[in-house]
Amino acid sequence: MAGTALRGRLTWQVATVLAVSVETPSVRTIMLDVPDWPGHQAGQHVDIRLTDEDGYVAERSYSIASAPGEPVALTVERLDDGEVSPYLTDELRAGDELELRGPIGGYFVWEPADGGPLLLLAGGSGIVPLRSILRHRERTGSTVPVRLLYSSRALDDVIYRAELDKPAAGVEVFHTLTRHQPPGWSGYARRVDAALLADVMWPTSTMPLAYICGPTSFVEAVSQALVQSGYPPQRVKTERFGGTGGT
Amino acid sequence: MSPVSRGFHRRRQDSAENAGRVPPGQYVTKDFPVLSAGPTPHTPLDGWSFAVGRRGRQKSWTWAEFRDLPSEDVTVDIHCVTKWTKLDTAWRGVSVDTLLDLAGHDGPFAMAHCDGGYTTNLPVEDLTGGKAWVAYAYDGQPLAPEHGGPARLLVPHLYFWKSAKWVRSLEFMDTDDPGFWENYGYHIYGDPWREQRYAGD
Amino acid sequence: MDAVDGNAIGGLLHEVFGTEMTTTVGVCGSCGTARQVGELVVYAHAPGTVVRCPSCDNVLMVFVTIHDRTCVDLMGLAALG
Repeated sequence: MAGTALRGRLTWQVATVLAVSVETPSVRTIMLDVPDWPGHQAGQHVDIRLTDEDGYVAERSYSIASAPGEPVALTVERLDDGEVSPYLTDELRAGDELELRGPIGGYFVWEPADGGPLLLLAGGSGIVPLRSILRHRERTGSTVPVRLLYSSRALDDVIYRAELDKPAAGVEVFHTLTRHQPPGWSGYARRVDAALLADVMWPTSTMPLAYICGPTSFVEAVSQALVQSGYPPQRVKTERFGGTGGT
Repeated sequence: MSPVSRGFHRRRQDSAENAGRVPPGQYVTKDFPVLSAGPTPHTPLDGWSFAVGRRGRQKSWTWAEFRDLPSEDVTVDIHCVTKWTKLDTAWRGVSVDTLLDLAGHDGPFAMAHCDGGYTTNLPVEDLTGGKAWVAYAYDGQPLAPEHGGPARLLVPHLYFWKSAKWVRSLEFMDTDDPGFWENYGYHIYGDPWREQRYAGD
Repeated sequence: MDAVDGNAIGGLLHEVFGTEMTTTVGVCGSCGTARQVGELVVYAHAPGTVVRCPSCDNVLMVFVTIHDRTCVDLMGLAALG
């Protein structure tokens, strides 16, 4: 099934919104019914296309938040100056249609056979494809050890917070809140730096596999620090979202 | 035929008062989008120079010499081929007329060369007669690097890809050779009022 | 706007090449650096999409979509795949 998802034509099809749920004040998860969905791999994304009455077309990409085997779900963060994201988070409702093509991507994916231990590093909405990886790991019964380091601005911005507070066996979650911490906060309280990474990362002797996702500046800084501390570049996978967005 | 997305519309600021100022197919934005084909160069001012002329016989100015030239404040509307238009943008720069008066005219066409390797071609006629500047300030501030600073070409009557960021020289040519985007199928001239976005338009 | 990487144009690449491309290795014609397409530097907000070498910034690929047809220039690559 993964093979057919990668080869063959990538065509636009119409998906129907089943539900929109609130993750944080600016983040929504959109569950979709995609009639000819061929299945996907954890870490892949879809392209979305919107058309207005004048024929104006806007296209964006969003990571798939759900695991292979679960209904397609996308998690979208509203960008203040965005053209598409405010529509998806504030206007879209069950029954609406949107055009979608996917699944897309073969580089930033994880299968249990890829092994680990896994080091997952998320900046803001970069958590989305990593959450798909975590859910896939749990659904397949994989016992690969995982450490997730998740950077957010404040506690209210942490996406999937309840889920991440109850991680599956073998998964450790570390949060850093870079702008504002609640009273009594015992997690990290700064942007990810080499020292923070050193605390959290798997030793290189364990041959870890790292996945880094988030704004470009976050990914650049973290991947450089990991490689500098000895992670082989070919064991560090990156996906850059561009812009700012939540770190 | 794509289905219309219920309730979706592009950002726009259309109003009757803008009519006549917005070329066909454009929409007005209050943002100033940053579009780039490559990383933002950061050229230190003490290493910056601007040159006009053919190779081997250029007139060149250092930053200090360039800033000593007479400059103008201009407020113009700008039109990007990606369809956004921004009205009443305020710039300060040296008129290309001033530069060509000092360097001489040496051909009917010019190629703008920029830090980072970007190029764009223009008829010299479109660079003169008060139609073009080398701009170093925007909205009262030194031009930010992501918008082309230290200095960019400003040619508002053509699509904004002709207003080359990080411009370092204007080189005269005998023929209208295509620059970076022109080479990939964008229009050789680029008049937004005739919607000349692509070759053949 | 910040640059992104080859993952962001996965759909465009699939459309143009007819197959998933982000794991395909591209070799820079200027400096010889070999990287998977998912790791190449992408400027996706210009009048076209420009893909550059993460080591030397050399332009590797340019995609331009004009009137619903997408053309790609691969001249900056010494090899792809």
